[in-house]
Amino acid sequence: MPAWLPPPAVLAHLGLILVVFNMLVLSAAFMVWMERKVCAYIQDRNGPNRVGFEGVLQPFADVIKLLFKEELRPKAADALLFAIAPVISAAAAFAAFAVIPFGTSTTLWGLLDQPIPLQVTDVNVAVLVIFAITSMGIYGIVLAGWSSNSKYSLLGGLRSSAQMISYELSYGLALAAVIMLAGSLSLREIVLNQAGTWWGFIPRWYVFLQPIGFLIFMTAGVAETNRAPFDFPEAEQELVAGYHTEYSSMSFAMFFLAEYVNMVTVSAVATSLFLGGWLGPFLPDWLAWVWFLVKVFLILFFYVWMRWTLPRYRYDQLMEFGWKYLLPVAVLNLLATAALILWIG
Amino acid sequence: MFESILFYTLAAFILGFGVLVVTARNTVHCVVFLVANFLCVAMIYVMLGAEFLAIIQVLVYAGGIVVLYLFVVMLVNLKRGPDAAPDRRRQSRVGFVLAAVMLAEISAILVYSAARPASAVAAAAATPLQTVGNTEVVGMLLYTDYLIPFEVASMLLLVAMIGAILLAKKEI
Repeated sequence: MPAWLPPPAVLAHLGLILVVFNMLVLSAAFMVWMERKVCAYIQDRNGPNRVGFEGVLQPFADVIKLLFKEELRPKAADALLFAIAPVISAAAAFAAFAVIPFGTSTTLWGLLDQPIPLQVTDVNVAVLVIFAITSMGIYGIVLAGWSSNSKYSLLGGLRSSAQMISYELSYGLALAAVIMLAGSLSLREIVLNQAGTWWGFIPRWYVFLQPIGFLIFMTAGVAETNRAPFDFPEAEQELVAGYHTEYSSMSFAMFFLAEYVNMVTVSAVATSLFLGGWLGPFLPDWLAWVWFLVKVFLILFFYVWMRWTLPRYRYDQLMEFGWKYLLPVAVLNLLATAALILWIG
Repeated sequence: MFESILFYTLAAFILGFGVLVVTARNTVHCVVFLVANFLCVAMIYVMLGAEFLAIIQVLVYAGGIVVLYLFVVMLVNLKRGPDAAPDRRRQSRVGFVLAAVMLAEISAILVYSAARPASAVAAAAATPLQTVGNTEVVGMLLYTDYLIPFEVASMLLLVAMIGAILLAKKEI
């Protein structure tokens, strides 16, 4: 190797970052395709089937089309914030995935002397990092809504941020119960704590210890990612397209990308916290990430399935549900978990 | 070397954003600069090895409280002209007094800490945190040594919460 190259561990890490980034973009593209296909089959249609095999290349065709569209900006918009808002959204969506572990460690078939973990960075406050970055993502939406200087955008932005802030509480309380069980804030340790089985056949996943927590997490996750049946920010009958009404071309694509990457991230967090991350039977250690992908895919499929099955709630129902039912249940769940941990020891 | 470059760059950014917060004409821009300011402060915490504090800074201040500021600012839509301020001279006089008080406080802290370098805090900071992680240390400190301030702060928040409900609800 030439001397000017950084050490192989650093190169491997950079490669890992590149792989994770591209996997996220690709999974977002795949999600767009899957959503349209599943929706089509649910509605007894064929869905996209022209570009590539069964339309798998449709998302790429869409992106190319968006690239060639004109970038429009309302005259009264706040130029700087209007330009920054989609970037904040997309950056926050991608950054949150950095702390999620998706496999054991690898030496790349002996190329490296030290194995590197399959995770961009293992910080000891990983759960809080995800939480903090999600809360930063809200700015993208709020600022997009405000800077467009349009009533639909503003209302959409306000709604979506109010929704995200309300549901973030329940989301955090559901996470806190798992953190107490695991006794750690590092996602890698939380996953490793779920290794093994009860009576030889039930995996020790936290979903079995925290069924209520899992339900709260999934519900709040849907609201956090602004998906149906909680997709009020873009309730098209009332708000045209919500906070991204005035966006076009690639800045619109960035919001779109952020939305799908957020879904992938929420599913990955749910997988790590409740479904044992990359742990699973049959596969050797170096293929463990396949289990991770399978679990994330199943949760994503569930989200898509739900979107095309359930009608949208009313906005006041959503707020009432979040504050009057979900939050108290989350608090009780947390108290019960704490009491049980103290009792059993 | 690298650390001090990073520190002074961050410090410059923090001061720069701070100045922008008070000078920007548009109130929403002020709030955005405030967020940037908080994020830079969080980076300083990371440099000091206090990850937990850094994340809480982002989560609570930059992510939670300032979003509410932004809500208020966006909803009231402040369109104040440059000459609408009541009396600029009186404002600047108050500002000077406040700045002088702050300066006195900071220099008092500097003098005090220079006189007694080896305080309990410095000794606590010197103990290795890596073994337990600083989340646990912060938690232990909050619930043992600083229990009373912690409880007083939570009482204060409860009072504020009840007050807000009382203001918002016409009849209870």
